[in-house]
Amino acid sequence: MTDHTYHSASSVSEPRSTPGALVTLTESSAMPPYMQEAMRPVLETPRWWWPSVAVLSAIVIAGIGAWAVQVTDGLGVSGYSDKAFWAVYEADLVAFIGVSYGGAVVSAILRLTNATWRAPLTRIAEATALVTLPVGMLFIIPHLGSPWRIWELVWPPYWNLSSPILWDFFAVSTYLLATAVFFYLPLIPDAALARRWLGEHETSIRARVCRQLYTLIGGRWRGTPEQSKLLNGAIGLVAIMIIPMAVSVHSVLSFAFASSSRPGYLETIFPVYFVVAALYSGVALVVIALAACRRLWKLDAFIEPRHFVRLGFVMLAFGAAYLYLTFTEYLVDGYSGTVGNAAWVHQILVGRYWIPFWFYFVAAGVFPIAIMAIRATRTVAGVVTAAALVVVAMWVKRLVIVIPPATEPIVRSPLGSAGLLGGNWGTYHFTWEPVTITLAATAAIPLLLLIVFRFVPILPVAEMEELAMPEEGLR
Amino acid sequence: MTRITTDTGQIGAGGGDDLNPQVADGGKRHSGSLGRREFLLTAAGGLGLAALAGVTEELVGPSGNSQLASMSVPEQVATHQWAMVIDLRYCNGCKLCTAGCQAAHYLHQDQTWIRVFTMRNAAGDTYHMPRPCMMCEDPPCVPVCPVSANFRTDEGLVLVDQSRCIGTRICMNSCPYEARYFNWTSPLAVARQPFPQEPEWPVPQVEGTVGKCIFCAAMLPSGQLPECVTRCPMGVLYLGDLEADVAVNGIGNTVKLSEFIADNDGVKFKESYGTHPRVFYIPGHGQDLEADADAT
Ligand code: SF4
Ligand code: SF4
Repeated sequence: MTDHTYHSASSVSEPRSTPGALVTLTESSAMPPYMQEAMRPVLETPRWWWPSVAVLSAIVIAGIGAWAVQVTDGLGVSGYSDKAFWAVYEADLVAFIGVSYGGAVVSAILRLTNATWRAPLTRIAEATALVTLPVGMLFIIPHLGSPWRIWELVWPPYWNLSSPILWDFFAVSTYLLATAVFFYLPLIPDAALARRWLGEHETSIRARVCRQLYTLIGGRWRGTPEQSKLLNGAIGLVAIMIIPMAVSVHSVLSFAFASSSRPGYLETIFPVYFVVAALYSGVALVVIALAACRRLWKLDAFIEPRHFVRLGFVMLAFGAAYLYLTFTEYLVDGYSGTVGNAAWVHQILVGRYWIPFWFYFVAAGVFPIAIMAIRATRTVAGVVTAAALVVVAMWVKRLVIVIPPATEPIVRSPLGSAGLLGGNWGTYHFTWEPVTITLAATAAIPLLLLIVFRFVPILPVAEMEELAMPEEGLR
Repeated sequence: MTRITTDTGQIGAGGGDDLNPQVADGGKRHSGSLGRREFLLTAAGGLGLAALAGVTEELVGPSGNSQLASMSVPEQVATHQWAMVIDLRYCNGCKLCTAGCQAAHYLHQDQTWIRVFTMRNAAGDTYHMPRPCMMCEDPPCVPVCPVSANFRTDEGLVLVDQSRCIGTRICMNSCPYEARYFNWTSPLAVARQPFPQEPEWPVPQVEGTVGKCIFCAAMLPSGQLPECVTRCPMGVLYLGDLEADVAVNGIGNTVKLSEFIADNDGVKFKESYGTHPRVFYIPGHGQDLEADADAT
């Protein structure tokens, strides 16, 4: 029954398998037919692999170099000043930790809502979350003025529990642990399967190394009902826990901004705003990761257009919610007319920050909705284009959230006579250091994914097996 | 006739950035509003966390002067409670205070620990407003630091431990007075200093950390006035001591602090922010306040 679902996949795999392998596959009822596809990234080294790794590594190394320059010359070289004390790294921190939410959504939410169509997507989604989150966390380092003292954050005698930043650190660290567990648990049965499969099919040194790894992860997995029950229970529990955890991470992250008296930061909407933004950009990143993996490892048989369209609708829902929150925030602050608030809303809509804001509005506000609304553009290409724009535009939107309030003069004449456009607004100037560091972090994500999929099956084979039956009914 | 001080307050309340009138209270805590720490404590109590006394104590933060601390430990009465009075009536905007401060602490040009803002009054005339650190009694910059690098001394000085600051700059975000300045590049080379490098005398500044006006804390015990107070030729800046109820400026005037503030309608800057600053402003330059002040 099961091989009907991914029938096309089995046929793809045929020419690649040795005749012996085919016999084993059909004989072994427990071995899913798409094992070959799932293991292909592990065993084969396509021509593009090394060049890609080389280029991406070079960008990452350039980023590390840029950071070294920043450490030597001081944070001032990155365009900061007392009139723009927070800017690009803070936006990066929020944006990169934000995009790691995709894994939590696609995996946990779809798991909890029992959306069986998620099956072929979960591994890629979870791996994307797993690699993005540490990259995002690393932005703490360039963000700090004295990064060599970062150990103080893990030194309890220095802790100040009333600081939002400390809680950010706790929340993100916990979330990282949860993401790792969430990646690890579904991997156990897959590792057991992959180990057996490798034993039957591969004798290369790579295969042997991987076998060792799989023994470590899934060596004791027998697939007995008790084990299955335990594992499913554990995955379910983590799936439930990871959602409030994800919500709390971004809420606390927003408190670092919101727990001040600064106009534009003191916003009760911020926790929700940050969570929705993270979910939105996170789903968009998953879409991009899926499209890339599908193209690179020819997974068209598993990752189908319908997946993109469904994720496109999920993205649309978050995008619309985010647009709505932006609207309410700006409307209320602008309408209030208080000098501090009206000034930054003014600057964003028609003042010095109008370009990034309206870029967000078009690229991540209107465009994705249009793409999903028009049947003709509701295609893989359409959704992926929208997703790419969303990821970029949501990063820009984070700049719009972080920079204007940090550059607003808050000691004004009591009469505010300088006017909304007047006053000594600070300016943040991009320099090559933060640009390089941001690009390096961006490059680190595909680089780490390329490496991760050299070691773990790209498809969650066991889960696909399990969900194949109801999937039949759905289709 | 409307009191001009009230006007200032109303204008300020509309703009959010106010020089609110406050009856001089000798710097004592206001009881009307919920301070930040009290708020956290209340919230914690509401959540039933108050039982976790240890955690609650932590939430109170490292700054002194909290009500909890005064409840549990019999407070040692400090001999001084430092304050400042800034008589705007006489400030001509010469910025010698800024220059003196920068020279004394080897600061970069843009590190204006005392900054002279040019403001505009109702008549459209400009006046000058020096702004040092307000030495807030409930300083928003203190509780936000993740590594407790900000603290408040029992003499009411808010200081930064630059050997601990990791440079998150969240305190710069919290300060409603733009009083904090980061060391974005390496500090200037310094000559031999009369005091060791410590929070009371952070000279030289430390790259990658936050600095701000310290009321020249290291100079105060020996009876020296802060550099800016000494440098002001107009006698605008007064160092005050709430404990002794006295204030002294750099041209030899000594006043009874509470009376001086009360008689001249002294106000605190952005008092509505709940920071309870210890810097008092006497408004008036270009505002013709004196006639109305007589009415009080
Ligand atoms: S004025 Fe600013 S830096 Fe000074 S104590 Fe108040 S909040 Fe802190
Ligand atoms: S009191 Fe000292 S540190 Fe503060 S502004 Fe005056 S000179 Fe500068």
